[in-house]
Amino acid sequence: MSEPLLAAHALSCVVGGQRLFSALDLTVRERDLVEIRGPNGCGKSTLLRCVAGLYHPQTGRIATAGPVAYLGHKTGLCADMSPLENLRWFAAVSNLRVASAGLSGALDRVGLAGARHDRCGMLSAGQQRRAALARLVLGGALVWLLDEPLTALDDAGTALVRAFIDDHRAQGGAAVCATHRSLALPPTTSPTRSSPAARLPRTRVLALGG
Amino acid sequence: MNQFANLLRRDLLIAVRRPTDAANPLVFFVLAVLLLGIGAGADAGGLGAAAPGAVWVLALFANLLSVEGVFRRDVEDGTLEQLLIHARPLFPVVVGKLAANWMLSGLPVLVLSPLAVYMLGHSTAGAGMVMLTLLLGTPTLTLLGAIGAALTAGTGRGGLLLAALVMPFYLPVLIFGASASVAAASGRSVMFELLILGALLSASLTAAPFAVGKALAISQEY
Repeated sequence: MSEPLLAAHALSCVVGGQRLFSALDLTVRERDLVEIRGPNGCGKSTLLRCVAGLYHPQTGRIATAGPVAYLGHKTGLCADMSPLENLRWFAAVSNLRVASAGLSGALDRVGLAGARHDRCGMLSAGQQRRAALARLVLGGALVWLLDEPLTALDDAGTALVRAFIDDHRAQGGAAVCATHRSLALPPTTSPTRSSPAARLPRTRVLALGG
Repeated sequence: MNQFANLLRRDLLIAVRRPTDAANPLVFFVLAVLLLGIGAGADAGGLGAAAPGAVWVLALFANLLSVEGVFRRDVEDGTLEQLLIHARPLFPVVVGKLAANWMLSGLPVLVLSPLAVYMLGHSTAGAGMVMLTLLLGTPTLTLLGAIGAALTAGTGRGGLLLAALVMPFYLPVLIFGASASVAAASGRSVMFELLILGALLSASLTAAPFAVGKALAISQEY
């Protein structure tokens, strides 16, 4: 068995006097997809923020094998800059070496090729989510932490997220997602090519608040 | 150094694209000087020897107004989350943001300050010293105010809370800056005040960005 990309051990979290989860273990290996399920307010987002390093749990430890990427409810895009400028700036502050073609390529993949020079503030909510997704493709993070990644996306956008996650897993990455809808790509969607999805491990579901 | 330039360039670019936000503190300063000049009366010699001190007080408030919002938009749009995750260390990030903030508030106020002294005091006595002390003092105000702005960033409201938080730390800067300006107008040596202002600046430049980074991280703990 390979080294886990992410190992969280005995996490406990109390926010505002309410115990969200306790003694929670989570191990994520290459090609894993973990879906965190549970009712609103059960701590899905907090768990992701813990793993991202934004929130410090009351107990427990978290070890990651490399950088993680986090996409929360906020897109992390500056409304006064274009998607391309936002991506370029993100690459610069994250010390990623990405050529201009790579930046445009990432925007092409999320379907924003025509809007790459528009200001993000002028884009629709779904387009902004797509621009934020481009950041994931760009970064070299092995573990993606996605909080409700399907928010505001149309059917094509939803399919895009699922395809991104599968591609990422096929390349040896992993994803942990808080979601109310399944993120695994149905194995029948691409019958023409031998989809790598067919060889991916089954999606695991982590139920919180039960 | 790279991170410093990344943040400085970005925030200046945003200010150019959204000039109304960036110009707020400067508009406040100009309006306050005009109104104070009118209120003090044109015949009575204006504020006289108190003019440099008055300019200092207005510069302080303009600074507070500017630094209050320095992290607000980054908190709202999630840029701060991404910076906390991806941009380590935070020190150059914070210094870059604050440098941009100072260039948009402290620097224009500094440039206009001799004119303000003249408008309020009807004489340029002490105007040079106001510029020099503002040059040493306003970056300190920005650095100290940013700690308060970072602490209140998560609450979504700065305003009076921020003013109450940082005013005690602003006071020494104001006291030495204003007294040096007034003293220079009367010809007294002000080396002591200048040294203190320089010491305050170097101390806050080395310590405040760490505190700001820590406070920003705490603001995102939810």
